[in-house]
Amino acid sequence: MRANLTSLFTAVAAAAMIAGCAATSEGDTPAPVTGPGGGSKPGAVTTSPVKPVDVTGTAGSPEADPRVKQGPLAQRSIYYDLDKFDVKDEYRGMVESHAKYLRDNPPARMLIQGNTDERGSREYNVGLGQRRADGVKRMLVLLGARDNQIESVSLGEEKPQAEGSNEQAWSKNRRSDMLYSGEF
Amino acid sequence: MRFRWVWLLGLSCLLSASLARAQLSIEITGGGEQRTPIAIVPFAGEAALAPSITSIVRADLERSGLFRGLELPPISPAPTEASSINYSEWRSRLADALVVGSVAKRADGRFEVRFRLFDVVKQTPLGGIAYTLSKDQARATAHRIADFVYEKLTGDRGVFSTRIAYVVKRGNRYELQIADADGAGAETALASFEPIISPAWSPDGRRLAYVSFENKKPVVYVHSLLDGKRHVAANFRGSNSAPAWSPDGRTLAVTLSREGGSQLFLMNADGSGVRRVTSSPAIDTEPRYSPDGRWIYFTSDRGGTPQIYRMASKGGEAQRVTFEGSYNVSPRISPDGSKLAYITRNSGKFQVALLDLTNQQTQVITDSERDESPSFAPNGRMILLATVLGGRGVLSAVSADGRFKQRLSAATGGDVREPAWGPFIE
Repeated sequence: MRANLTSLFTAVAAAAMIAGCAATSEGDTPAPVTGPGGGSKPGAVTTSPVKPVDVTGTAGSPEADPRVKQGPLAQRSIYYDLDKFDVKDEYRGMVESHAKYLRDNPPARMLIQGNTDERGSREYNVGLGQRRADGVKRMLVLLGARDNQIESVSLGEEKPQAEGSNEQAWSKNRRSDMLYSGEF
Repeated sequence: MRFRWVWLLGLSCLLSASLARAQLSIEITGGGEQRTPIAIVPFAGEAALAPSITSIVRADLERSGLFRGLELPPISPAPTEASSINYSEWRSRLADALVVGSVAKRADGRFEVRFRLFDVVKQTPLGGIAYTLSKDQARATAHRIADFVYEKLTGDRGVFSTRIAYVVKRGNRYELQIADADGAGAETALASFEPIISPAWSPDGRRLAYVSFENKKPVVYVHSLLDGKRHVAANFRGSNSAPAWSPDGRTLAVTLSREGGSQLFLMNADGSGVRRVTSSPAIDTEPRYSPDGRWIYFTSDRGGTPQIYRMASKGGEAQRVTFEGSYNVSPRISPDGSKLAYITRNSGKFQVALLDLTNQQTQVITDSERDESPSFAPNGRMILLATVLGGRGVLSAVSADGRFKQRLSAATGGDVREPAWGPFIE
């Protein structure tokens, strides 16, 4: 099992690096930088433009910026069935996008907040919310994010997305939310 | 037949934030059958103090579910603690017990309140006390009188001078409040735009531990009530919650997710000396010490669904304690250590159950649907809990035998939840 995960990780990481390189260099033409040995007379001052290359990720393509409202990283919430904490298949792509962003941007930091519906003990619900947040973090780390980039916490039942004591509201409240720095 | 003189110390100045805006209103909804009829004669001169001493004494005793204050015709001349008592006259008024007293203003602006209690059935005096107090101590004095009467007539200590903590939510504003046991005099210890849960009184009544979400995650604070200063007890990576005090006030048990999952840890009250005491792949939470400090009861779903377990308070193997039903949470031990109150889910309804630890008998003592957070009074006779009525969060109090109930709701609107009954203050 472990070997499979490692090779999966390597394959995904390799793919990410290639894709990452493509993303950050899109639209940038590496600029020639002239220096002492670069073909000008000794002593002459050359002023060539220096085009910045930003590897922090924030100046990359819009797809790679979680703050862009309609971008793929704008999707931040995973919803759960009653008493469940596994990430359903329908959210897999979303989680992969975020994992890629975290992989490509080592300084990036994420807070995952797990939530439950209102039923039952508040403190036990803090535990259930934690289980949900931990599950999302686990998947992100498996997909290449680093453990120290992500903190998983629980809000229990205390911050519902929808008010109401019915399944319609409860189903919106059983969720994990992914937040990036500046949002928490 | 001597009076005991008691000099009441000034009420300790409570809290940092704003003074009482809100008050809890109390409604008695269930009657106790075996209530002692008691005649509480308005004290001579008590109009000098507001609120009237005897109205508070009567309300306290009736709220316990064990007494019924008799409606009395005006009696002339008004008896005081100095009067001689005609027992058969009081018997004919159907009183089992009698309280008489007086209020006098002193030259220095303070007041003297004296009373005596009589057992009308046995035709014996049961004692009395004389208090010297300032005007703003009228309420506290009345509660002390009610405590005296309660203790003499039932053998149990009265809880009328104790306080309760709870959280009120109004819109997006949360307040951790502390009020008298009758809901009066509410003061705000913490106001926040993020949730506050799990207030826990230190055994000496001077501090509250609680969980605040003001940092976008749960963090445990310890808050000193006298000066309003608080410190972070636990803000480790992940979630920090469910604080519980050891009976000697030195240790906090908490639930932390810093090592993965939700596990129980112990720490000193200042947050130092953290050590882990459970190791399960499950959710272990809601720790509570037994009153003798030997055990920690807690909620765990290590068996598949949440049940209550207990382990030695230094950690170790845990034994399961609840076996009926598939959802048993929020363990609370009675002050005498003999009973466990908890929340059980019964056909989708969350209700308060009592487990007699001496004979393993269980009894569900509420018939509501969304009960949470039970809390024993320090004399073990009442349980305060949070519930929902008409869509609104209110507190409910039920006698430990389930026969008598009251409802406490926030007089100025909002949801009340997370009650914690404070200790006796020595």
